[in-house]
Amino acid sequence: MSQWKNFAKGFIKENPVFVLLLGMCPALGVTSTAINGMAMGLATLFVLLMSNMVVSLVKDFIPEKVRIPSFIVVIATFVTIVDLVMAGYAPAVHEELGLFIPLIVVNCIVLGRAEAFASRKSFLSSMVDGLGMGLGFTFALTLLGSVREVLGSLSLFGVKFMEGDGILVFILPPGAFIALGYLIALMNKLKKA
Amino acid sequence: MDYIIIVVSAIFINNILLAQFLGVCPFLGVSNKLTTSFGMTGAVMFVMTLATIVTYLINHYILSPFNIGFLQTISYILVIASLVQMVEIILKKVSPALFQALGVYLPLITTNCAILGVAILVIQKEFNLIESVIFAISNAIGFGLALVLFAGIREHMDLAEVPEGMRGVPTALIVAGLLSLAFMGFTGIV
Repeated sequence: MSQWKNFAKGFIKENPVFVLLLGMCPALGVTSTAINGMAMGLATLFVLLMSNMVVSLVKDFIPEKVRIPSFIVVIATFVTIVDLVMAGYAPAVHEELGLFIPLIVVNCIVLGRAEAFASRKSFLSSMVDGLGMGLGFTFALTLLGSVREVLGSLSLFGVKFMEGDGILVFILPPGAFIALGYLIALMNKLKKA
Repeated sequence: MDYIIIVVSAIFINNILLAQFLGVCPFLGVSNKLTTSFGMTGAVMFVMTLATIVTYLINHYILSPFNIGFLQTISYILVIASLVQMVEIILKKVSPALFQALGVYLPLITTNCAILGVAILVIQKEFNLIESVIFAISNAIGFGLALVLFAGIREHMDLAEVPEGMRGVPTALIVAGLLSLAFMGFTGIV
């Protein structure tokens, strides 16, 4: 598989949220606005990229049996870094995302890629995979956040484009489920066509 | 009285699944049948309560006194992962029947964000030990309630005719949205 294909698969064909259905909790929890979705996506991208790189470097030194706990420690380290950096430099966003930053640790997509991909493939492939998957995740979250923000508060990235209130339910929790449901249906339709 | 407020708000108002989105992966994964969702609920309640007690103690007797709160994420996830392993081993030895019932769900629980989420929430809300335990149990009940309701709906949904692209997950998500909408009706009780 060429590196380009490896990179591009994360966007549509194996999109973590729309197709693999991994990492649903943050995808639903933080996407009330496009900016929040993008921030969460970028935080996950960083963790995914770094942990994929480190795991592919140390994979030969880790005994088979303690593989998973070791991966978790690697991931948790980078999550802590993201958590502290965000708290320091972007406190407003950190406040908004709240609980979901430490929860990147249990995001199935991160451990999933470490276990299924980085622990078997070369350094370069793992890096490209982490980057592609992370960008795919960011894309999905930003798209979902945009849809919810446009419908719910008639604005995009915080810029209001129309007067009025919008359909409030899309900003509330039920809207997350419904919007994601229709987006996945749309993706299914696009893949068939 | 405070305890009742914790219980009601954790089960109905801030339902961990439908309002806070913790534990959505198992929610979509194992909610095909009623029996499996009961099993999952039992396993979650068991591990969530234990994990909350252990992480609470760790926070109060190790992390806080030594001022190393930044190790929270790492230490919690390691403790939860090893706790799940330990529970699995002990159950296998002590109560094979219970192990049979919960066994398959236990490994899944390590990556259930609801467990780590509740452990962190308890610290954020500054609960004491008893409140934490009650909070953990009520959240597990809330999780179970949503899971069982959803599984019941899903068993019927398989028979319904929906457009091709909407089959499976999209419909499940929309149903979850409607369920979440229904739970919003509880807002304002306490």
